[in-house]
Amino acid sequence: MLEIKNVYKTFNAGTVNEKTALQNLCLHLNPGEFCTVIGGNGAGKSTMLNAVAGVWPVDEGQIIIGGEDVTKLPEYKRAAYLGRVFQDPMMGTAPTMQIEENLALAARRGKSRTLRASITRAEREEYAERLKILDLGLEDRLTSKVGLLSGGQRQALTLLMATLKQPKLLLLDEHTAALDPKTAAKVLDATDRIVEKDRLTTLMITHNMRDAIAHGDRLIMMYNGHIVVDVSGEEKKRLTVEQLLALFSQASGSDEADDKLLLS
Amino acid sequence: MTGFLSALPGAVSQGLIWGIMAIGVYITYKILDIADLTVDGSFCTGGAVFVMLFGSGANLWLALLAALLAGMLAGLVTGLLHTVCGIPAILAGILTQLGLYSVNMAIMDFKASVALSITNGETLNKLLVSLRFVKGALDGSFPFWRHPIIVVGLFTAVLIGVLYWFFGTELGAALRATGSNQNMARAQGINTDRTKVLGLVISNGLVALSGALLCQYNGANEINVGRGAIVIGLAAVIIGEVLLGKVFRNFALKLLTVSIGAIIYYIVLQVVLALGLNPNYLKFLSALVVAVFLTIPYWKGKYFAKPVKRGGDANA
Ligand SMILES: Nc1ncnc2c1ncn2[C@@H]1O[C@H](COP(=O)(O)OP(=O)(O)O)[C@@H](O)[C@H]1O
Ligand SMILES: [Mg+2]
Repeated sequence: MLEIKNVYKTFNAGTVNEKTALQNLCLHLNPGEFCTVIGGNGAGKSTMLNAVAGVWPVDEGQIIIGGEDVTKLPEYKRAAYLGRVFQDPMMGTAPTMQIEENLALAARRGKSRTLRASITRAEREEYAERLKILDLGLEDRLTSKVGLLSGGQRQALTLLMATLKQPKLLLLDEHTAALDPKTAAKVLDATDRIVEKDRLTTLMITHNMRDAIAHGDRLIMMYNGHIVVDVSGEEKKRLTVEQLLALFSQASGSDEADDKLLLS
Repeated sequence: MTGFLSALPGAVSQGLIWGIMAIGVYITYKILDIADLTVDGSFCTGGAVFVMLFGSGANLWLALLAALLAGMLAGLVTGLLHTVCGIPAILAGILTQLGLYSVNMAIMDFKASVALSITNGETLNKLLVSLRFVKGALDGSFPFWRHPIIVVGLFTAVLIGVLYWFFGTELGAALRATGSNQNMARAQGINTDRTKVLGLVISNGLVALSGALLCQYNGANEINVGRGAIVIGLAAVIIGEVLLGKVFRNFALKLLTVSIGAIIYYIVLQVVLALGLNPNYLKFLSALVVAVFLTIPYWKGKYFAKPVKRGGDANA
């Protein structure tokens, strides 16, 4: 479903701030695969997701989603295939618009926007039904402005928006990192339910190794702009945090890795 | 006092006309979150196109339509400078505005002022609005319904209706989303460059339309008529918001609020003039009023902030 082929990305090339964030990155995701992503700060995890989403063009390599080469497509066109939730709860929703209006915008992702009504009565009923899966009571607040919601509520809404129309690929960038532990657990729970229900191909970045092990059916670890550990199937199910740390040290050839990973 | 009272209908009429321009400013400044300075130029463009076409015998509605399209074209230029050429929106607007000065002069045959021959009764009678109708509609020399307050009020109501419909469509919602959160808009597949250009086009179309109406009202178009229009527009938006923002929440009513803001602005101007202020200081006064009203909400948030709920947004 997703194919990243030998992708390179360097920021601020030719300046003192030059930073190669992706280095010969390769990844192949099968349809329905739920892959968690870990790695130290600055390993290139967010950059990988941004490269897939087309936030800026990559320097080299190819990105293929569902068989179509999207390397040259702008961000708004790739959006047709993608559902995205960001680390910052403010980034995924329009605060001055109502909950139902935000959902209606998401329902039209990948379609051209016409002069038809921006939301229909039938949609309202559908959204109220869909919001129930979040278990936050938002179904009774369809016309509330999203700016009035808490960070956790907004993140959960963004998740629903990302998956409202089944995306070919769901991209989650530490989407629970900014939330308090209880809310984070709730949003993560909703994530599991939604991904399972629609069998969504998913890439989920997390800074929590336990979450990375507990969720999904594949785990990759990034270091220096590429993937250094890739486990799936039975091996992933049996994985422990200690083993993961050992794998990382081995791959990166450094012992400070432990703190770096744990602390980030 | 009688001087002020007799000037009141005129002030309201002018306020209504400028209110259409202010609604254009509202679209860029409030909905799209762009401060667009094109308006100082496109306001005059509307009047210039109208006065030349109508003056040479064209149909009034055709001349109005041409003025609207000319304003839209100006907005398109600013939009393309911003999105295709990557020029910051403020600077893009300033560049268009400056360029428009020459364009407006060229449209007006390189004259600083072009008048409509309203001494000719037939021509006057064809106009939609005129300063002369303010008195004429009351003393019976023109039918009462030709009073500019009625005509421009109706005009404004129709425009608000159309805009209310448009911003309720998929395209209109995409435009609002772009102004609310560009990042979200792009993630939902909205071409934000295109929606920004569209917003600027619509806004400047309204501004030029307003310019064409004022040109009729004054019976002439002057090259400097739009100078400071952006400040008047902002003043109207802010006055309306401060006075009625809490009461009017529906989108159509919010647009009406802008129009009312412009009317209040012109009434205040009349009061100040009646008090004997040298008209030369009006621009200074306008700038001061806008500066103060923009400062108040900022300082309120900064120094007198109540604990705000997380995720709250003052922009709502
Ligand atoms: N837009 C950008 N401009 C410049 N540098 C960037 C940009 N995005 C990421 N980087 C740099 O690329 C590296 C990888 O960043 P990122 O992918 O965000 O790491 P993480 O794995 O923590 O998500 C970091 O050194 C970061 O500073
Ligand atoms: Mg990151």
